[in-house]
Amino acid sequence: MTAVAARYQEFKDLDVEVLAVSVDSVFVHKIWQEEELSKMVDGGVPYPLLSDGAGSLGKIYGVYDEGAGVDVRGRFLIDPDGVVQAMEILTPPVGRSVDETLRQIQAFQHVRKTGGAEVCPSGWTPGKTVLKPGPDLVGKVWKVWKPE
Amino acid sequence: MAEEKGLGCAAATGSVVGEESGGNDEQQAIVTDEEEKTMVAVKIGQKAPDFNAPAFINGDFSQVKLSDYLGKWVLICFYPGDFTFV
Repeated sequence: MTAVAARYQEFKDLDVEVLAVSVDSVFVHKIWQEEELSKMVDGGVPYPLLSDGAGSLGKIYGVYDEGAGVDVRGRFLIDPDGVVQAMEILTPPVGRSVDETLRQIQAFQHVRKTGGAEVCPSGWTPGKTVLKPGPDLVGKVWKVWKPE
Repeated sequence: MAEEKGLGCAAATGSVVGEESGGNDEQQAIVTDEEEKTMVAVKIGQKAPDFNAPAFINGDFSQVKLSDYLGKWVLICFYPGDFTFV
């Protein structure tokens, strides 16, 4: 969670609100923030730490592990209309990539800005070639874009 | 303290963000064990299941509702637990 906190300004710049969720109580969140997170990131994590004690949220988002009684690593990107645009779920031993999360946010924001007139091919980052779906592009993607 | 401030437990509202009840017809409904209450499960490209949850924010306890964030991009990050190592 501190990986996101350390680059929180980049999320703010993209106008993204972060909500972190675990089954820990708000009391444990407080102590974790004070005893550990604040020593990893100046001022601690700047976004809300939500408490999902019974795994109720984890269940509807498909991330609750009944056996372990925890919410596994799951990330959900929700657009301003409340629509889920991206999700990624990992088992506990491997962490997520903040770079990839930011890349996806930028790509989805670009698509939204163009009203879907421009889409982002594999590995797209700002400034790279976008595709403009339409009859003229059918069978001709090779002319404008190739995998790296 | 959380209880004294009237914080409830984390719970799904049973609907998607921005709606009072029910989900999109295309969305899968799941039934929770305890309450036999129909819930909306997450589905890509569909509205997110709404929820209320107690939260620790900026040194204080308060309640967060997902639909309050309509109009903004939101990144929800679930993680296994405080004081874990990764």
